[in-house]
Amino acid sequence: MTESTMKPPKKALTPVKWMREHLFSTWYNSLLTVVVGYLVVTSVGPLLNWALFDANFQGADASDCSGAGACWLFISQRLNFFIYGFYPDELQWRVDIMFLLLAVAFVPQFIERFPGRKWFGIFGMTGLPVIGYFLIPGGNFGLETVESTKWGGLMLTLILAYIGILASLPIGVLLALGRRSEMPIIRGLSVVFIEVWRAVPLITVLFMASVMLPLFLPEGMNFEKLMRALIGITLWQSAYMAEVIRGGLQAIPRGQYEAADALGLGYWKKMGLVVLPQALKLVIPGIVNTFISLFKDTTLVLIIGLFDVLGTVQSTVTDPAWQNVAVEGYVFVAFCFWIFCFGISRYSQNLERKLDTGHKT
Amino acid sequence: MKKQTIDSKPAGPKPWYDPRVRSLFFQILAIAAVFWAGWTLVENTLSNMESRGISTGFGFLDETAGFGIIMSLVPYDSTMSYGRTFWVGLTNTLLVSAMGIIAATLLGFIIGVARLSSNWLVAKVSLFYIEVIRNIPLLLQIFFWYFAVLGALPSPRQSIEVGGTMFLNNRGLYVPEPLTQDGFGLVWGALLFAIAAVVGIRTWAKKRQLATGQIFPTFKVSVAILVVLPVLAYFIAGSPLEWDVPALKGFNFGGGITIIPELAALWLALSLYTASFIAEIVRSGILSVSKGQTEASKALGLPNGLTLRLVVIPQAMRVIIPPLTSQYLNLAKNSSLATAIGYPDLVAVFMGTTLNQTGQAVEVVAITMAVYLTISLSISLLMNIYNRAVAIKER
Repeated sequence: MTESTMKPPKKALTPVKWMREHLFSTWYNSLLTVVVGYLVVTSVGPLLNWALFDANFQGADASDCSGAGACWLFISQRLNFFIYGFYPDELQWRVDIMFLLLAVAFVPQFIERFPGRKWFGIFGMTGLPVIGYFLIPGGNFGLETVESTKWGGLMLTLILAYIGILASLPIGVLLALGRRSEMPIIRGLSVVFIEVWRAVPLITVLFMASVMLPLFLPEGMNFEKLMRALIGITLWQSAYMAEVIRGGLQAIPRGQYEAADALGLGYWKKMGLVVLPQALKLVIPGIVNTFISLFKDTTLVLIIGLFDVLGTVQSTVTDPAWQNVAVEGYVFVAFCFWIFCFGISRYSQNLERKLDTGHKT
Repeated sequence: MKKQTIDSKPAGPKPWYDPRVRSLFFQILAIAAVFWAGWTLVENTLSNMESRGISTGFGFLDETAGFGIIMSLVPYDSTMSYGRTFWVGLTNTLLVSAMGIIAATLLGFIIGVARLSSNWLVAKVSLFYIEVIRNIPLLLQIFFWYFAVLGALPSPRQSIEVGGTMFLNNRGLYVPEPLTQDGFGLVWGALLFAIAAVVGIRTWAKKRQLATGQIFPTFKVSVAILVVLPVLAYFIAGSPLEWDVPALKGFNFGGGITIIPELAALWLALSLYTASFIAEIVRSGILSVSKGQTEASKALGLPNGLTLRLVVIPQAMRVIIPPLTSQYLNLAKNSSLATAIGYPDLVAVFMGTTLNQTGQAVEVVAITMAVYLTISLSISLLMNIYNRAVAIKER
């Protein structure tokens, strides 16, 4: 065999070799492996026993739970409440339709080669909220009205996060443009608005929305609690959104602005046709990330008395009919949020890799 | 005719096409809109408050509060004023924020470094921690620690004992309190002297290194001085420290320092949650230092420790500091979730109880928001100063 046709030496990766390389390379690595391995093994075993092998899945009420492991029965018995809140049973098909449409609009976004997935996304941003606006509260087209006080559970969490992000997007764009504006007063107002909202915790904003908003409005005009929370969330979120979009605006090279000026485009045409389409595309991962944090932050509405998914669980774990089910309840909610957030963050990372056109070295 | 052409300027745009006129017009419009909105809000609020019989002004701060608070760093009882409740809430917020920032930074740096470990198991365990913790809402984690973990602890009589001096039960964690006796001032004095000596030695060692190239073991000597001097002073002064050990009295513990479960749960949840974000920041900071830097310093003959201390960490810190700042701010803001489990922080005490009792929503909310604004702006100011100090000095 001549030298040129010789293959590189095969990298034999036997398990023993792999372990020596990755687990026991030095004496302190071996020590770490042993200590951490011991901790993992001793905690995973009992955890699996609790969650699966000793757990109770079948039955009707608390007496069917042995107490040795998790009482998942509690979750399956109360699942309806955790998903729909107090939404009437016979009308829940309306919420189901919205869940289905939500999946139709956004599941294709995770599949790379799905035909026309852009249009599904656009439907999710435009048609979906309109349908939801008529379908969920009812009161028209012969649909029975369901008061917003009866909404709750996972459905309410999704509504809050979805409307929060959708409504804050246009306000955020305007604020970001304002902050980059050449007019000092517009810029000053935008900076003050953004920085004040970003500095205060969401909980104070929600308190303000629920306590002070009724004081601000003229007499006789009032919103329901849900609407007030939504206004607070939207204002707060739009400040964060503005900062994300500003990052995109700053990343667009000066030449693009100047080229648009040279073509004689006015301000709105320059921004709307040249700058924003590029900037928004750049910041999609950033927007997705703020969506994840908003999604987690919607749990805070339980403090002002709305029943989101955590609120429904929190109100049932203290139910005397079930004893010591707090951990099961929290694990269920944690799992719901984790699935959503982890999935979306993976999607965002994927997108970031794809949109990264390789300016970095 | 000739004269006229010289005098007249080229025909400019019509005033409504002139960008300067336009921008002036829009700015005046914006100011007018803001003033109009502000005016309407004030008018509405005043008339609403009048019709509901709510008084205005900050006079309520001097009135008697009349409610108890389970934990306060400043002396407080229910006969004190509403103004006092503000200070109680503020100090409690600052306490839990400071504790959280310290713990989250330590844990976050450890996990961030572990994430990059060559040890497969350690790296994967850290990855698991990060991905699980940061995708679960903070409020849920606070509930978990407070209701599911700390709430399930035994009652005071069945307390978990640690060495007969520390007790853990569902009322909190009881630890001995150090009481300084006469003569402890000597120890403080020795500590101050030690710090001064360390600063002196460092300056001298740096000067010597620049002049001769010899390296002085500054770190080891500094640690030795900082430990030995105060310990020596402690024994010379005759061990002037006593411990107030908590003991079971009736149904509860007395003496010592109590960490109430609300504080413990909030602190745990805030630290663990923020640590997962800090770990990712630390990881990306370390990865941002290019391999060439490490190789160059090795080529210069620097040992591993010095490579890390003089080359990698200073450059990584430059990337780490700005996002770290915003995590600290987030932690301080998130500490307001205390209100969900009843830890008496600023929002729970002042914006909760005080607001409910006085009804003066506008004043209370304005004060609270001003506090958070001040905290935010001062932390970002401090961090900007630090950031400027470590930023690349370009010529």
